[in-house]
Amino acid sequence: MQIIQPHYHAIARTAQDYERMAMSGVVAVAEPAFWAGFDRKYPETFIDYFRQISEFEPTRAAQYGIRHFCWVAVNPKESEDPILTREVLRQMPEFFEKPTVLGVGETGLHKSTKNECDSLEAHVDLAMKHGQLVLIHTPHLADKAHGTRRVLEVLAGMNVDRQRIWIDHVEEQTIRPCLDAGYWVGMTLYPITKCSPKRAVDLLELYGTERMLVNSSADWGPSDPFTLQECVLEYRRRGHSLQEAVEVFHNNPCRFLGQNPKFDIPQIRIDTVAPGSTKPVCS
Amino acid sequence: MLTPPQVAEAYFLESRHMLLEIAAYLDRYDAAVARGNHSNGNGNAKASNAATAEKKLDVIRRALAITSEAQPTKQRTLTLLELFAAPETKAPNP
Repeated sequence: MQIIQPHYHAIARTAQDYERMAMSGVVAVAEPAFWAGFDRKYPETFIDYFRQISEFEPTRAAQYGIRHFCWVAVNPKESEDPILTREVLRQMPEFFEKPTVLGVGETGLHKSTKNECDSLEAHVDLAMKHGQLVLIHTPHLADKAHGTRRVLEVLAGMNVDRQRIWIDHVEEQTIRPCLDAGYWVGMTLYPITKCSPKRAVDLLELYGTERMLVNSSADWGPSDPFTLQECVLEYRRRGHSLQEAVEVFHNNPCRFLGQNPKFDIPQIRIDTVAPGSTKPVCS
Repeated sequence: MLTPPQVAEAYFLESRHMLLEIAAYLDRYDAAVARGNHSNGNGNAKASNAATAEKKLDVIRRALAITSEAQPTKQRTLTLLELFAAPETKAPNP
């Protein structure tokens, strides 16, 4: 089955991960800008990082037949520094012109401070002015419910196109308000600290599949890109059809990311072919 | 050997994760019951399957109660293994 990994920190992963992802059906990944594990001091460091994910990383993925797209942003942890954030934001529009940059992300909140909220607002504002998609990170663990509420409050005060905004890392306590407000949501599968494949399938069964994305994130910390395939297996094991799985794990990323015409991967429809025929049994 | 604070810290997130999985399992069961699709088959088979399922869930609920005891008289793991091995709760051998 062909699947799309819509949130994947490729530069933190090995070539073997690309190879194994390709062998397990991944046809495209989208890499949001991320925290490096330490706070970067210089705007230039971000610019080089954006060059890495928009110029070099697509060539590495292409060796395994995987399309690589990316997002640019100052991530929430580093946006505590307003001078740095302002300077990086000033230079971001030149990356919107790159052929594989899909939008602004991951912006969002970590500790939900005033500087973080200001940065989120500035990122979303920049994205809307330039017609870009937005990917929003919500905080981890105990900070998640409060941080997600703050994200929704910040967005509610802005003139945004909600269909073009994806609020990521939702869990049971945060998914409903995000969906009710009209945004796309993402469930991020981590071995321990975020959603699990089984819980993600529970949420798909509870809330339906519309405006739902599933991803592994997979960064330099304890994480696993193949939790996404685990989720596909769990979804199928519960009796959902191949087409239903394709809708969630391939076509939904196409629907959201395809709002940016640079993401040109078409949706898939599975047809059954009668024996001895090349024509579908039904369409 | 780890100190008590080290144990609490080292295994907190892992324990949180496992508890969420158990909570999700129980929620999943309740949702399936609410949907009413116990299993295929005739009325008697359905009733029997439902009773078996409820018995399994009851074992899990008892296990959770044992797990949450603050001052157990013996190791919680030992009590749980005895519970899971008891004839009325034993899972079939694969």
